[in-house]
Amino acid sequence: MEQLTLPKEKLPELLGEIGSKFELIGPKEENGFLAFRKINDPKEVNLDILLSRVPPKSLIFQQTETLFTYTKGKDSKVQTPKIDESVRVIFGIRPCDARGYDIIDPVFMGKKEGDYIDPFYTKRRNRSILIGLSCNEPDTNCFCTSFDDSPANTKHVDILFTDIGDKYFVEVVTEKGEDLIKNLSKIFSKATEKEGNIRKETEKTAIEAISRKMNTEGTVEKLNKMFDHEFWIEAARSCIGCGICTYLCPTCHCFDMQDESTLKLGGRVRVWDSCMYEEYTHHASGHNPRPSRMNRVRNRVYHKFNYFPKNDGIFGCTGCGRCIDYCPVNIDIIEVIDKVKEVNV
Amino acid sequence: MTDENPYQPWIAKIISVKEEASGERAIKTFRLEFQDEEVRKKFSFLPGQCIMISVFGTGESIFAISSSPTQKDYIEVSVMRYGKLTKALHLKEEGDLVGARGPYGNSFKVDEWKGKNVLFLGGGIGQAPLRSVIDYCIDNRKDYGKIDIVYGARTSRDLCYKDEFAEMSKKDDLSIHLSIDVEEEGWNQFVGFVPDNLKRLNPSPENTIAITCGPPIMIKFVIQNLLELGFKEDQVYTTLEMRMKCGIGICGRCNIGNLYVCKDGPVFSYDQIKDIQGDM
Repeated sequence: MEQLTLPKEKLPELLGEIGSKFELIGPKEENGFLAFRKINDPKEVNLDILLSRVPPKSLIFQQTETLFTYTKGKDSKVQTPKIDESVRVIFGIRPCDARGYDIIDPVFMGKKEGDYIDPFYTKRRNRSILIGLSCNEPDTNCFCTSFDDSPANTKHVDILFTDIGDKYFVEVVTEKGEDLIKNLSKIFSKATEKEGNIRKETEKTAIEAISRKMNTEGTVEKLNKMFDHEFWIEAARSCIGCGICTYLCPTCHCFDMQDESTLKLGGRVRVWDSCMYEEYTHHASGHNPRPSRMNRVRNRVYHKFNYFPKNDGIFGCTGCGRCIDYCPVNIDIIEVIDKVKEVNV
Repeated sequence: MTDENPYQPWIAKIISVKEEASGERAIKTFRLEFQDEEVRKKFSFLPGQCIMISVFGTGESIFAISSSPTQKDYIEVSVMRYGKLTKALHLKEEGDLVGARGPYGNSFKVDEWKGKNVLFLGGGIGQAPLRSVIDYCIDNRKDYGKIDIVYGARTSRDLCYKDEFAEMSKKDDLSIHLSIDVEEEGWNQFVGFVPDNLKRLNPSPENTIAITCGPPIMIKFVIQNLLELGFKEDQVYTTLEMRMKCGIGICGRCNIGNLYVCKDGPVFSYDQIKDIQGDM
């Protein structure tokens, strides 16, 4: 892995150059929150706020998109919209959010022969080069380390930037990353051993700053035994069913498909959906397999901590802490899992 | 459903519409033919598999294919008028175009069942997926033993495929046992629920596969009665239903526990689902 450095004052130059060659996406402040947006001027980039409110999942799995268009009537025709496949650089993505892509990749891109492949997700995923940014100062509810992740993990990005004071320590992880660097003017320097050590120290300090821990050991097996336990009624008691935990989750991938049309033309539109909503599973017959909050909260917890591990061998959680930060009634997934451990079955 | 975009349906023409049942819970069977010859040639399925039908401007829903794969010229779906999409579909007439993509899900194991007796237990619109298997067995008659069809609906008006049963009853190599829930003038067959009709018929479990499809409450008592008659859990098959959107295991909606009904189902043997943990 190539190790380089970039003086901080050169960052605008770098982003300017990337932006002139490719589409550049980066974190930008918008209405008091951080959001991943197209960057037109490097000055727009905000690296002070840790996490975007909406995870960059939205860049690959868009919140709304037209899956195909149709014409109605006696001459019905359908057509797939063109999906942009040109290279795009996503700058400033945090390691946990990048890991979120790795968790949902098998859902959209298939994991075995014969699985269906979502072309919208796949093409956007393949066209994106991820330049990650290590988290030097993790937030109160960060717990990525509970999943063997690190605030400076290189594993899920193409290039990783770590702030080491007046410079960024730059690790070129993948071939995609190498190709990008090769394409850029020579504003990087080779990293020294000393700089490498500072980078390691920075990561160590960041890991130590993470105070929350989810105890995931034995969770899958415990959940196997407590589906019908009354604990779930208690766990869901304060939930108001707003769905924010699912919308802001980097690994939630559920969606709805709706027709939007005028008299003759229309499109089938995919929109993010949430298993926290009553209508989500409501059959036309009136029957609803998940009629109460209890069923829905339980489904969310099981999907992340029992079904994902069973189907994909991985927890459906990155430890980003968004569901804790934004829950209006303070439901805390770490506490839920702690309590699961305490339940007698 | 091109190779490039699994969400995009093919265009299919409704080549005929047959009203199976009238009234509030009207049921129509739509016979469909894909517009594209290539698609017509390559589309193949097995009994029990499902298809997504689009009414452009309204949406899309999943249905069991009710025709048999031995019928190569068209596919059929039998649809009860119930929700938004089915109401829009019921307004469609011969010659109208709809969208169709699939087939989805697993199927009844008709190959493994060769040499066995097959007992069908259907209720209401639940007969639709069974019809695909029944026609398949009839078209491959020598592969199967005794065929018994037990089918019931609320009233005689709600019974599907009446003409077809009349035609089938002329054959001497299968038995049909129809029922309605409450007494009606002129009805000379069984009156009562399907599970009761099953009990009355008292079929032998020996070398027999039982397939049941219908309202959840019917399935529950049918299975209970089958077990009482000595059927083993792996001799009993049913189908599960959940609301679906993508049909291809991505949209996350149709899970029962960690299984997705759209790709792991809809067909399950009773021993597969008896201990399943999930909301149904």
